[in-house]
Amino acid sequence: MSEAPARRPFARRRKTCPFSGEGALAIDYKDIKTLNRFVSERGKIMPSRITGVSTKKQRELALAIKRARMIALMPFVGDENYNK
Amino acid sequence: MAFYETVFIARQELSPAQTEELAKQFTSVVNDNGGKVERTEHWGLRQLAYKINKNKKGNYVLFHISGNGATIAELERIMRLNEDVLRFMTVALEELPSGPTIMMQDNDDNDSAPSGRTRSGRAPRKETSFENDSNTEEGEE
Repeated sequence: MSEAPARRPFARRRKTCPFSGEGALAIDYKDIKTLNRFVSERGKIMPSRITGVSTKKQRELALAIKRARMIALMPFVGDENYNK
Repeated sequence: MAFYETVFIARQELSPAQTEELAKQFTSVVNDNGGKVERTEHWGLRQLAYKINKNKKGNYVLFHISGNGATIAELERIMRLNEDVLRFMTVALEELPSGPTIMMQDNDDNDSAPSGRTRSGRAPRKETSFENDSNTEEGEE
Protein backbone atom coordinates (compact mmCIF):
# COMPACT_ATOMS: atom_id res chain seq x y z
CA MET A 1 0.00 0.00 0.00
CA SER A 2 1.23 3.50 -0.61
CA GLU A 3 1.22 4.67 3.00
CA ALA A 4 -0.29 2.78 5.93
CA PRO A 5 -3.34 4.86 6.95
CA ALA A 6 -2.78 5.65 10.60
CA ARG A 7 -6.32 5.08 11.85
CA ARG A 8 -8.59 5.30 8.86
CA PRO A 9 -11.05 2.57 9.87
CA PHE A 10 -13.12 2.39 6.70
CA ALA A 11 -10.93 2.36 3.63
CA ARG A 12 -12.93 1.92 0.47
CA ARG A 13 -11.10 -0.41 -1.82
CA ARG A 14 -8.98 -2.59 0.49
CA LYS A 15 -10.30 -2.56 3.99
CA THR A 16 -7.56 -2.35 6.63
CA CYS A 17 -8.25 -3.83 10.00
CA PRO A 18 -7.77 -1.00 12.53
CA PHE A 19 -6.81 -3.45 15.26
CA SER A 20 -4.21 -5.73 13.65
CA GLY A 21 -1.52 -4.36 11.39
CA GLU A 22 0.90 -2.15 13.32
CA GLY A 23 -1.16 -2.88 16.47
CA ALA A 24 -2.76 0.54 16.40
CA LEU A 25 -5.52 -0.07 18.91
CA ALA A 26 -6.11 -2.39 21.82
CA ILE A 27 -9.68 -3.65 22.19
CA ASP A 28 -10.97 -2.67 25.59
CA TYR A 29 -14.56 -2.76 26.78
CA LYS A 30 -14.05 0.51 28.63
CA ASP A 31 -12.92 2.39 25.55
CA ILE A 32 -16.43 3.23 24.36
CA LYS A 33 -15.23 5.99 22.06
CA THR A 34 -13.61 3.38 19.80
CA LEU A 35 -16.32 0.78 20.26
CA ASN A 36 -18.98 3.23 19.19
CA ARG A 37 -17.42 3.39 15.76
CA PHE A 38 -18.30 -0.28 15.22
CA VAL A 39 -21.91 -0.03 16.30
CA SER A 40 -24.74 1.09 14.03
CA GLU A 41 -27.24 3.83 14.88
CA ARG A 42 -29.58 1.20 16.28
CA GLY A 43 -26.79 0.08 18.61
CA LYS A 44 -26.18 -3.15 16.74
CA ILE A 45 -22.67 -4.51 16.14
CA MET A 46 -21.65 -3.83 12.55
CA PRO A 47 -20.58 -6.85 10.47
CA SER A 48 -16.87 -7.16 9.73
CA ARG A 49 -17.55 -7.21 5.97
CA ILE A 50 -18.50 -3.55 6.30
CA THR A 51 -15.99 -2.41 8.90
CA GLY A 52 -13.14 -4.51 7.54
CA VAL A 53 -12.14 -5.90 10.92
CA SER A 54 -10.28 -9.23 10.83
CA THR A 55 -12.22 -12.26 12.10
CA LYS A 56 -10.14 -12.77 15.22
CA LYS A 57 -10.40 -9.09 16.17
CA GLN A 58 -14.12 -9.05 15.33
CA ARG A 59 -14.67 -11.75 17.95
CA GLU A 60 -12.76 -9.75 20.54
CA LEU A 61 -14.62 -6.61 19.50
CA ALA A 62 -18.01 -8.30 19.88
CA LEU A 63 -17.04 -9.56 23.32
CA ALA A 64 -15.92 -6.09 24.39
CA ILE A 65 -19.13 -4.48 23.13
CA LYS A 66 -21.25 -7.04 24.95
CA ARG A 67 -19.31 -6.38 28.16
CA ALA A 68 -19.74 -2.63 27.74
CA ARG A 69 -23.45 -3.18 27.29
CA MET A 70 -23.63 -5.21 30.49
CA ILE A 71 -22.32 -2.39 32.60
CA ALA A 72 -24.46 0.20 30.81
CA LEU A 73 -21.58 1.98 29.12
CA MET A 74 -23.22 1.20 25.81
CA PRO A 75 -26.93 0.74 25.05
CA PHE A 76 -28.43 -2.51 23.78
CA VAL A 77 -30.76 -0.63 21.44
CA GLY A 78 -30.40 2.77 19.82
CA ASP A 79 -28.12 5.46 21.14
CA GLU A 80 -28.19 7.62 24.21
CA ASN A 81 -31.15 9.84 23.33
CA TYR A 82 -33.20 6.83 22.30
CA ASN A 83 -33.85 5.66 25.82
CA LYS A 84 -34.72 9.00 27.36
CA MET B 1 -2.22 -15.18 41.98
CA ALA B 2 -4.70 -14.29 39.26
CA PHE B 3 -5.59 -10.78 38.19
CA TYR B 4 -9.13 -9.49 38.01
CA GLU B 5 -10.82 -6.27 37.07
CA THR B 6 -14.14 -5.56 38.73
CA VAL B 7 -16.45 -2.71 37.79
CA PHE B 8 -19.53 -2.00 39.86
CA ILE B 9 -22.24 0.61 39.63
CA ALA B 10 -23.63 2.16 42.81
CA ARG B 11 -27.00 3.83 43.10
CA GLN B 12 -27.17 7.46 41.96
CA GLU B 13 -28.45 8.67 45.34
CA LEU B 14 -25.10 7.83 46.92
CA SER B 15 -22.86 10.84 47.44
CA PRO B 16 -19.21 10.53 46.33
CA ALA B 17 -18.23 10.13 49.98
CA GLN B 18 -20.64 7.23 50.44
CA THR B 19 -19.40 5.63 47.25
CA GLU B 20 -15.86 5.86 48.53
CA GLU B 21 -17.02 4.32 51.79
CA LEU B 22 -18.59 1.46 49.83
CA ALA B 23 -15.36 0.97 47.89
CA LYS B 24 -13.37 0.83 51.16
CA GLN B 25 -15.80 -1.74 52.47
CA PHE B 26 -15.23 -3.94 49.42
CA THR B 27 -11.50 -3.41 49.62
CA SER B 28 -11.50 -4.71 53.18
CA VAL B 29 -13.51 -7.73 52.05
CA VAL B 30 -10.87 -8.47 49.43
CA ASN B 31 -8.04 -8.06 51.92
CA ASP B 32 -9.75 -10.34 54.41
CA ASN B 33 -9.97 -13.06 51.78
CA GLY B 34 -6.34 -13.16 50.81
CA GLY B 35 -6.58 -10.75 47.90
CA LYS B 36 -5.18 -7.30 47.29
CA VAL B 37 -6.73 -4.33 45.54
CA GLU B 38 -4.00 -2.87 43.36
CA ARG B 39 -5.95 0.07 42.06
CA THR B 40 -9.28 1.77 42.76
CA GLU B 41 -10.76 4.18 40.29
CA HIS B 42 -13.86 6.30 40.76
CA TRP B 43 -15.32 7.29 37.44
CA GLY B 44 -17.94 9.37 39.28
CA LEU B 45 -21.59 9.85 38.42
CA ARG B 46 -22.19 8.79 34.84
CA GLN B 47 -25.22 8.63 32.62
CA LEU B 48 -26.32 5.00 32.19
CA ALA B 49 -26.98 3.85 28.64
CA TYR B 50 -30.29 2.37 29.82
CA LYS B 51 -32.29 2.46 33.02
CA ILE B 52 -31.23 -0.09 35.66
CA ASN B 53 -34.13 -0.52 38.06
CA LYS B 54 -35.33 3.06 37.70
CA ASN B 55 -31.87 4.63 37.93
CA LYS B 56 -30.74 6.82 35.04
CA LYS B 57 -27.32 7.62 36.48
CA GLY B 58 -24.86 5.55 38.47
CA ASN B 59 -21.59 5.89 40.35
CA TYR B 60 -18.99 3.77 38.62
CA VAL B 61 -16.06 2.26 40.53
CA LEU B 62 -13.31 0.04 39.14
CA PHE B 63 -11.02 -2.32 41.08
CA HIS B 64 -7.91 -4.05 39.89
CA ILE B 65 -7.57 -7.06 42.16
CA SER B 66 -4.89 -9.69 42.48
CA GLY B 67 -6.20 -12.74 44.28
CA ASN B 68 -7.70 -16.15 43.71
CA GLY B 69 -11.16 -17.37 42.81
CA ALA B 70 -12.32 -17.58 46.42
CA THR B 71 -11.54 -13.90 46.95
CA ILE B 72 -13.66 -12.91 43.99
CA ALA B 73 -16.45 -15.31 44.92
CA GLU B 74 -16.70 -13.75 48.37
CA LEU B 75 -16.51 -10.21 46.99
CA GLU B 76 -19.29 -10.91 44.53
CA ARG B 77 -21.43 -12.54 47.22
CA ILE B 78 -21.12 -9.37 49.33
CA MET B 79 -21.90 -7.21 46.32
CA ARG B 80 -25.03 -9.25 45.59
CA LEU B 81 -26.28 -8.72 49.11
CA ASN B 82 -25.68 -4.98 49.03
CA GLU B 83 -28.69 -3.03 47.74
CA ASP B 84 -26.64 0.02 46.78
CA VAL B 85 -24.80 -1.96 44.12
CA LEU B 86 -26.90 -1.95 40.95
CA ARG B 87 -24.62 -4.14 38.89
CA PHE B 88 -21.11 -5.52 38.95
CA MET B 89 -18.89 -7.34 36.48
CA THR B 90 -15.59 -9.10 37.07
CA VAL B 91 -13.18 -9.84 34.23
CA ALA B 92 -10.08 -11.99 34.45
CA LEU B 93 -6.91 -10.40 33.11
CA GLU B 94 -3.56 -11.90 32.17
CA GLU B 95 -1.69 -9.07 33.81
CA LEU B 96 -2.66 -5.82 35.45
CA PRO B 97 -2.20 -2.72 33.30
CA SER B 98 0.18 -0.30 34.95
CA GLY B 99 -1.25 3.10 34.06
CA PRO B 100 -4.73 4.47 34.68
CA THR B 101 -7.45 2.98 32.51
CA ILE B 102 -8.79 4.72 29.45
CA MET B 103 -11.71 6.07 31.45
CA MET B 104 -9.42 8.14 33.60
CA GLN B 105 -7.13 9.33 30.85
CA ASP B 106 -9.39 11.38 28.57
CA ASN B 107 -12.38 11.52 30.79
CA ASP B 108 -14.17 14.25 28.90
CA ASP B 109 -14.34 12.29 25.65
CA ASN B 110 -15.92 9.31 27.26
CA ASP B 111 -18.80 11.04 28.96
CA SER B 112 -21.22 10.87 26.13
CA ALA B 113 -21.15 8.71 23.07
CA PRO B 114 -19.79 10.81 20.22
CA SER B 115 -22.67 12.37 18.39
CA GLY B 116 -20.54 13.40 15.47
CA ARG B 117 -21.33 10.22 13.62
CA THR B 118 -22.69 10.63 10.16
CA ARG B 119 -26.24 9.37 9.73
CA SER B 120 -26.50 6.35 7.49
CA GLY B 121 -29.37 5.47 5.19
CA ARG B 122 -30.87 2.00 5.19
CA ALA B 123 -28.64 0.88 2.33
CA PRO B 124 -25.41 -0.69 3.61
CA ARG B 125 -22.88 2.07 3.83
CA LYS B 126 -20.34 1.88 1.08
CA GLU B 127 -18.25 4.81 2.16
CA THR B 128 -18.38 6.09 5.68
CA SER B 129 -16.34 8.91 7.05
CA PHE B 130 -15.99 9.35 10.77
CA GLU B 131 -14.55 12.39 12.44
CA ASN B 132 -12.94 10.86 15.44
CA ASP B 133 -12.86 13.67 17.87
CA SER B 134 -15.15 16.45 16.73
CA ASN B 135 -18.63 16.42 18.34
CA THR B 136 -20.42 18.43 15.67
CA GLU B 137 -24.04 18.86 16.71
CA GLU B 138 -26.15 17.95 13.69
CA GLY B 139 -29.49 19.49 14.43
CA GLU B 140 -31.54 17.03 12.35
CA GLU B 141 -33.99 16.11 15.15
